[in-house]
Amino acid sequence: MKLVRGNEAVIYGALLAGCQSYYGYPITPASEIAHTAAYYFPQLGRTFLQAESELAAINMVYGASAAGERTMTASSGPGISLKSEGLSYLAGAELPAVVVNVMRAGPGLGNIGPEQSDYNQMVKGGGHGNYRLIVLAPYSAQEMCDMTILAFELADRYRTPVAVLADGVIGQMMEAVRFPKPCDTSPAKPWAVRGDAATRPNCLTSIYLDFDSLEAHNRRLIMKFAEIEAREQRWQGYMLDDAEVAIVAYGVTSREAKSVCESLRADGIKAGLFRPKTLWPFPKEGLCEIAERVPKIFVAELSMGMLIDDVRLALNDGRRLGFAANYGGKLIRGDALRNAVVEFVKGQQ
Amino acid sequence: MKQAEKSIQKPKSMYARFERKPGEDKTNTHYCPGCGHGIVHKLIAEALDTLDMAERTVFISPVGCSVFAYYYFDCGNIQVAHGRAPAVASGVTRANPGNFLISYQGDGDLAAIGTAEIIHAANRGEKMTVFFVNNSIYGMTGGQMAPTTLLGQKTTTTPFGREFMNEGNPIRIAEMIAILDAPVYVARASVHNIKAIMQARKSITKALQAQRDGKGFALVEILAPCPSGWKIDPQESAAWVEKNVLPVFPLGEFKDETVGREGISRARNAASDEQIISLLGLDTAPPHFALSNPKAASLRVLCAGFGGQGIMLLGQMLAHLGMRHGLEVSWLPSYGPEMRGGTANCSVVFSEEAVGSPIVEYPDLLVIMNGPSLDKFLPALVPGGVLVYNSSIIENAPRREDVQIVAVPASDLALQAGSERAANIVMFGVIVSVYGSFSEEAYSHLLAEFFTSEKILGINEKALRAGMEYARNI
Repeated sequence: MKLVRGNEAVIYGALLAGCQSYYGYPITPASEIAHTAAYYFPQLGRTFLQAESELAAINMVYGASAAGERTMTASSGPGISLKSEGLSYLAGAELPAVVVNVMRAGPGLGNIGPEQSDYNQMVKGGGHGNYRLIVLAPYSAQEMCDMTILAFELADRYRTPVAVLADGVIGQMMEAVRFPKPCDTSPAKPWAVRGDAATRPNCLTSIYLDFDSLEAHNRRLIMKFAEIEAREQRWQGYMLDDAEVAIVAYGVTSREAKSVCESLRADGIKAGLFRPKTLWPFPKEGLCEIAERVPKIFVAELSMGMLIDDVRLALNDGRRLGFAANYGGKLIRGDALRNAVVEFVKGQQ
Repeated sequence: MKQAEKSIQKPKSMYARFERKPGEDKTNTHYCPGCGHGIVHKLIAEALDTLDMAERTVFISPVGCSVFAYYYFDCGNIQVAHGRAPAVASGVTRANPGNFLISYQGDGDLAAIGTAEIIHAANRGEKMTVFFVNNSIYGMTGGQMAPTTLLGQKTTTTPFGREFMNEGNPIRIAEMIAILDAPVYVARASVHNIKAIMQARKSITKALQAQRDGKGFALVEILAPCPSGWKIDPQESAAWVEKNVLPVFPLGEFKDETVGREGISRARNAASDEQIISLLGLDTAPPHFALSNPKAASLRVLCAGFGGQGIMLLGQMLAHLGMRHGLEVSWLPSYGPEMRGGTANCSVVFSEEAVGSPIVEYPDLLVIMNGPSLDKFLPALVPGGVLVYNSSIIENAPRREDVQIVAVPASDLALQAGSERAANIVMFGVIVSVYGSFSEEAYSHLLAEFFTSEKILGINEKALRAGMEYARNI
């Protein structure tokens, strides 16, 4: 067990998972990921390279992945906007890679405070074309490590890029982490281009100039994403068994919501937490199951109503949802969240 | 084989049939009549044959007319986004340093949208050979202006001719790359007539040979006709190059250090699991201690002061201390510009259960190192909570009747211990004494871990004792 920052835990996880290269560009509040990678990767005979831009970094990742190795990059919203080109190409060429986004406040340069306003950017696309990004949402330093490892596994299993979507608080916070043993589960990658006789016939591309070929390629991708949607929904519940109200939240907001649930229960309001661990695929099935017995659903997020859209889509029952949000790099204050839930439960919101 | 026979034979490094090419015709390229790409492709493939490089070669196809280079080259092929070929090639060569990388790019790809990538790959001396085909126009997208378009040249986006006042001058890539230190070979050649093609063959071979010999980055800019884009007859294009292009883009070798240059080695070593565990420090568990009373078992702490007063370190030491006494802990800094001057604060939570919110809005313990932080945070201290403040700096005694207030002349005590910078450790000494929950052995361990210089450790040990003693005498 070791006390580390969430951002450091990402690199511990990556190294344990057999990640061979890190390509990145500094940006607050994600920079400690690059600092930690710069310190450890070369000492283990692996590659750390500070790229000339976010665009170059994601394309170096594209090259390293095409060459058959586990590889990653990390950034924050403004950098992810630039990397989105590469995400589309990675998805199109079916190349596995891990991309970590430690969200700051936007739009534009915004500020470096924590926000969750890259939700739509990550969960709904970001890059062009028909593709989906698997999005994992850690809420602790432990999960920054565990979900980075999981991201490499999912990326290889489905040959597609996977994002770990954290926020400034989860990245900057130090907590005790129990690290697993080295777990490089990289499968054989017969499709890679390794510059040898065996892979000489291989070609990795996302261009299908012939319309029928691109239609077939898209159909195959869509089938793959449907399989992911069916198999990879993940969530965690807390005190939901007898709950009269469930707060839906992820990342730092779910940490606050957890404390609010405890405080509400002390006052006789049976609150519970529904925490999506995958934002895509959104844990629809779990949420619908919970919503059948929990009458009131409340959504809390550090964005102006992005998570709540997916909650509405998942429930699809027209029920009124409670809502609390903040932005500008500011968290929802614990007492503000608590009061909003109380008002909602009493029918006043 | 005689040159005449060789010139009509297809090189082995090209596929015998172009199976990836859609449509019925699997033997001709997709290039227009009179286009330079086909000639350049053939020269590259012949050089790969001569140097026996194809098997280990990874060919990067760009965006532009040569986006389909992978129809033709019998190598590992990767097609990439517009302008990013040198970045992708960098990732490939770092992964497999024994590979030969060819980044084949046009003038929009390399000289416009990908200028950052080409400059930096060249500057790092990545092991790759770049073939930059300059036909002074965007062929594939419909004859628009390229950065290499000549002044006065009409294109679909310069219908009245390129003008310096609006679009600037044509850009000379080879000359620009040649001034960097890392590239080993930089030349400009042309394929507009037989004599030029013979010279281009030499340059292309030399650039690939440099890579085969492990010397690093080479770039050959190749002037190529684009009769379709130029809207002239293919037969007239050679004369057009002579008359218009060559005066702006002179041919020649701008840099040749293929002889005498040391090779670039970026070979990797595979680390064992044991090495990984040892480097990450996962083979040693931190020492474990028992709490001697439960006063600190559930505690929300806020530390605040000026940047540079060691606020973050103080908070981290408390978090380590809690963890080593079996508590669940979190430490959360204010981060970013605040750390670079101004005020700094951090939240530390101790709990017997998993920590919920790591943000301390209402602290049980408030540790304050400067006046502005006192004004800001004192109202949030919970009734019955503890305030420890630096009375060396804060002159006016804080007013709250419902909390325990501990005034510590931390800066003065630290100065006596050897450095004012140890004021945070004086505060640490006071805090551990006030609660009396933690093992003394645990702090000594921690100090020794945080301060590795003997001199600084000595000062901080004194500061710690001064703080503990001060608290005992309150």
